[in-house]
Amino acid sequence: MAYLTDRKRALGLGSAKTGTAHFWSMKVSSVALLILIPLFVFTFGPALGGTYEEILAYYSRPWPAIVAALTLVVGFKHFNDGVQTLIEDYVHGTANKVAIILMTCLSYGAAAIGVFAIARLAL
Amino acid sequence: MADVNRGNRPLSPHLTIYRPQLTSMTSILTRITGNAMLIAALLIVWWFLAAATSEGYFNAVNGFVTSWFGDLIMFFSVLGLWYHTLAGIRHLIWDNAIAMDIPTAEKLGWACIGGSVVLTILTALIV
Repeated sequence: MAYLTDRKRALGLGSAKTGTAHFWSMKVSSVALLILIPLFVFTFGPALGGTYEEILAYYSRPWPAIVAALTLVVGFKHFNDGVQTLIEDYVHGTANKVAIILMTCLSYGAAAIGVFAIARLAL
Repeated sequence: MADVNRGNRPLSPHLTIYRPQLTSMTSILTRITGNAMLIAALLIVWWFLAAATSEGYFNAVNGFVTSWFGDLIMFFSVLGLWYHTLAGIRHLIWDNAIAMDIPTAEKLGWACIGGSVVLTILTALIV
C-alpha cells in the first residue's frame, strides 16, 4: 500500500452516489413532521391527564391513533438520522459505529413498541 | 488522502476560541433540543405501552408522566419541540440559498427563540 499513489488508490472506486441521501431523508421527514407535530401536540396533549377509561376510548378512535402512530414512526426515523450526525461529529472509531448501531436499535425499537401499543389500544 | 505527516497542527477553529454569536448559539440549540426530545419521546412510548397493558400499569406510568417532574420534562420538551420546529423551517428556507446573510439569519434566529416561547405559552393554554 505504501507504494500506491493517491490517484491509483482511488481509481475505479468511484463515488457511492449516496452523497445526498441522508440530507434528503432528513428533508422529507422534517416536512412530514411539520404537519404531524401540530396534529400530535393538539390530540395527545388534551388526552394526557385523562383517566384509563378516557384514554382507552380516545385512542380507539382512528384519527388520534393514526396521528400518534405516524408521528412516532416519522419522528423516530428523523431522530435516528439526526442523532447519527451528532455521533459522527463527536464520537470516532469503533465507539462511533457502536453508538450509531445502538441508537438505530433504540429508534426503531421505540417506534415499533409505540405503534404496537397504539394498535392494541385502537383495535 | 496521502499519508503525509501534517504535523501536530490544530485541525480547525474550535468552539473554545469563538466568541458566542446568535447564529452559532441558535444552531447548537437546534441540535440540543432535537436530541433532548428523545427523553419525552421515550416517556410517551412508555405511556402508550402502559395504556395498552393494564389499568394498574397505566396508573403508575401516567402518575409519573403527569407528576410535577413529568410536567417539567413535558413543558421543556414542548419548548424544545417548537424551537426545533421553527429552526427546522429556517433550515428549509436556507436550503434554497436564501436568507443566509448575517442580518437576516440573526432576525430569523430571534424569530425562532421568540416564536418558540409564544407557541409554548399558547400550547400550555390550549392543551
